[in-house]
Amino acid sequence: MSEYRIHGETGAWEVVIGLEVHAQITSNAKLFSGAATAFGAEPNTQVSLVDAAMPGMLPVPNVECIRQAVRTGLAIDAQINAWSRFDRKNYFYADLPQGYQISQLYHPLVGEGALTIDADAKAGIAEDKRIGIERIHVEQDAGKLMHDQHPTMSFVDLNRSGVALMEIVSRPDMRSPAEAGAYLRKLRAILRYVGSCDGNMEEGSMRADVNVSVRKVGEELGTRTETKNVNSVRFVMQAIEYEAKRQVALIEAGGKVDQETRLFNPDSGTTRTMRSKEDAHDYRYFPDPDLLPLELSEDFIAECRASLPELPDAKRARYIALDISAYNAQVLTAEVESARWFDALLDVGAEGKGAANWVTSELFGALNRLGLSIDQSPVSPGAAAELLGLVADGTISGSIAKQVFEKMLESGDGAAAIVEREGLKQESDTGAIEVAVDAILAANADKVAEYQGGKAALFGFFVGQVMKAMQGKANPKLVNDALKARLG
Amino acid sequence: MTSLTELTVAQIRDGHRAGDFSAVEVAEAFNANVAGARALNAFIVETPEHALHAAEQADADRAAGTLKPLSAVPIGMKDLFATKGVQTTAASHILEGFVPPYESTVSQKLWDAGAGMLGKLNMDQFAMGSSNETSYFGNVLSPWRSNDGSNAALAPGGSSGGSASAVAARLCPAATGTDTGGSIRQPAAFTGISGIKPTYGRCSRWGIVAFASSLDQAGPMARDVRDCAILLGVMAGHDAKDATSLNLPVPDWEAALQADLRGKKVGIPREYRLDGMDAAIAAMWDKGAAMLTDAGAEIVDITLPHTKYALPAYYIIAPAEASSNLARYDGVRYGLRDLSDGAGLQDMYAATRAAGFGAEVKRRIMIGTYVLSAGFYDAYYTQAQKVRTLIARDFAHAFTQCDVILAPTAPSAAFALGERSADPLAMYLNDVFAVPASLAGLPAMSVPAALSADGLPLGLQIIGNMFDEQGVLNAGLALEQRAGFTARAEKWW
Repeated sequence: MSEYRIHGETGAWEVVIGLEVHAQITSNAKLFSGAATAFGAEPNTQVSLVDAAMPGMLPVPNVECIRQAVRTGLAIDAQINAWSRFDRKNYFYADLPQGYQISQLYHPLVGEGALTIDADAKAGIAEDKRIGIERIHVEQDAGKLMHDQHPTMSFVDLNRSGVALMEIVSRPDMRSPAEAGAYLRKLRAILRYVGSCDGNMEEGSMRADVNVSVRKVGEELGTRTETKNVNSVRFVMQAIEYEAKRQVALIEAGGKVDQETRLFNPDSGTTRTMRSKEDAHDYRYFPDPDLLPLELSEDFIAECRASLPELPDAKRARYIALDISAYNAQVLTAEVESARWFDALLDVGAEGKGAANWVTSELFGALNRLGLSIDQSPVSPGAAAELLGLVADGTISGSIAKQVFEKMLESGDGAAAIVEREGLKQESDTGAIEVAVDAILAANADKVAEYQGGKAALFGFFVGQVMKAMQGKANPKLVNDALKARLG
Repeated sequence: MTSLTELTVAQIRDGHRAGDFSAVEVAEAFNANVAGARALNAFIVETPEHALHAAEQADADRAAGTLKPLSAVPIGMKDLFATKGVQTTAASHILEGFVPPYESTVSQKLWDAGAGMLGKLNMDQFAMGSSNETSYFGNVLSPWRSNDGSNAALAPGGSSGGSASAVAARLCPAATGTDTGGSIRQPAAFTGISGIKPTYGRCSRWGIVAFASSLDQAGPMARDVRDCAILLGVMAGHDAKDATSLNLPVPDWEAALQADLRGKKVGIPREYRLDGMDAAIAAMWDKGAAMLTDAGAEIVDITLPHTKYALPAYYIIAPAEASSNLARYDGVRYGLRDLSDGAGLQDMYAATRAAGFGAEVKRRIMIGTYVLSAGFYDAYYTQAQKVRTLIARDFAHAFTQCDVILAPTAPSAAFALGERSADPLAMYLNDVFAVPASLAGLPAMSVPAALSADGLPLGLQIIGNMFDEQGVLNAGLALEQRAGFTARAEKWW
């Protein structure tokens, strides 16, 4: 139970949030035409006769888009509707060539499902929480208006027109901006694991309509507003907070919340009215007579299911079973690329726990410093496994491993070669260590006396001096043992 | 050379193949007839060079021994079919000047089969009408005149009125039509020619300006049943670009034509016998049944109990789909744009559509918008779809008792232009016998069977079971052979 509350003059208010996420389906072609879908192409170069709604043009469903939506549905444990249908949503706008959007109102492709957001004490999420997903339906995107190309006219770019979207509609199960943020991040991770959407919110591949209402705890649901097209996790959280506070202030001042559509301003973090309920469109939905009902065979659905990769929750559980900490498991599975990289590391024989520590601290730290993504890592999973193997078998110490890793990043050479070339192999010859220990103790007779007089903290000083004398290559455990033996 | 324009499609094809005449001679003869018949207003655009070019190719193909199924046959193309490089308007102002950069699947199939195009045929605007009076380019005149001495200009029927008039007046041996609720059959009946609407899905709708997607079907209009079979064989076939296209092989309908109906049962639907039915129509119907009996068929009474709901259901479903299909004519990308200085987007929509659509089109857009509106949808659209299902079920049941159904095509002979245009409901009633087969997606054809007391053609309609165009054509052939319909319009134009 979230304890997130808006504290108004009349007491504490609970916030109720539902999200409708529009996710662009990863596909080379649009939902109902053969046109390409490249992002960032010159305006109106990714447009077929169908997308431009020329007279007599007809939509034909792109099976790959349907397949990706079904796979997404399976990934959220949802019911797949073997019989679904496309409807027309009718309205006029310059970016909508047909004068209607082909969508699915009455019979969506994917029915009831859910995902789990993870406990996050810092964000006020006390325990794992299931967020219901009411449905996923498939629909066409609209084009884009450009208002900055001409002093008195707007231009239309139809590149996006007809691109396939999944609309993923949650239940109003979220109770705080943090939960909404966690839901979006989890959903995005699942989409990216499945490969059905690249989750790129900056390019508009994923955007959310945010439904918010407030109520006193235990009371009936309040009237909700819908803030359209919010395009980052942070903005969604901001929009919820702003909207919840606005609604509380409004109600407490004696007003009432209008059921309306609002717009988010990312510069100010505020929302404003876009259109009120009175101005709401009557979309005159009806079944698209150009399309037959979509009927999926059991084989098709089975193939979709078989093609699913291991999903974030399962992967995390598997990592935890490898004795990897829950925190590291979470970090490693949050992005599909990290998880893939780590799985590759495990595949070449790295030991889980040590490998996880190394990846989350050393590798991520280095990549961060170099401004690289994990896909661009100069060190491959195989090269990393070699390095970790040298630590595991005692060839080098952990601190030497850091040096070797730096040299690997610089030179691209393998760990063993670097250790060999630089003479960094760990010294485990007790005779040599004892010689060094004796030399250090002899050179620091005063400190030895202080230590023996009770200043135990000096032990570390002796270790450091020995390690220094041996260029850090001495086996730390053997140095400890030898010092203890000499100092008594 | 007038005799060439008297030939049927089959006669042109066979005569050309035999070397009796050249394809260029045929094209020139029809081009001359087209140019000489502008008084009929059957064509919106004439394309004599297209017909000639195809004819030259046909003659070359004959020399090379590579003749195609429709080599040497020039045809008329209803202006609802997109023709690459040739203006395509659906007889509307809103598409005036629109030249598609693409060719409809059906017209492409015809050109691929060697046919040439004489021109784009006038029609009711967006195929909405039963008299051709809704065309932005002026109404088509029927070549027929009644013998009542009135000399009134007669409607050729609609919406494929240009096609009907042109074939009847020998301006082309055959033409394409489209049929949403009778738009091939009714004008064929009014002008004494044959026309078939195949099973929904037989002909691709790709590139045909949409009126009501779940009903629209292309089909041929020609002088006789054989020509309909020939043309339909070329026009039909699966098209991956149309999701509602039937993925079935196209039978060789012409080869399997035969008028022997022994063993066949012909259903007479009792609900089609309306109170106050025109006596000439009723008599023709009875005579038609007798002709089919003579061809060996057995006549059986059948019932189609939901017939009376067909017309109301049609006038909900067709306008609903049309209101959405015609939303794309918004002035943004092509066609007419009415944008005055300082006007905004909404102003542009309103002005463009007000100026671009005719009254009947606007009426249907408004009806369609209304029946799909929140609060009315279930009462109208959902209910109409239920009726549609029941009508299809009626037919399915009937076809357990008979092979084809015989009925009149239209409740009357051609009426005078202007006679019904003031009363939309009276106009809609013209479709009463045609609409049920459209709602059920069944193949149906009209063949000329008799003359009215005023000397005007009357048509009989054969409705067949799903996919059974052959049964329809064969029954049509049996009627044709026995009706001996040789009457033709006296040339006055």
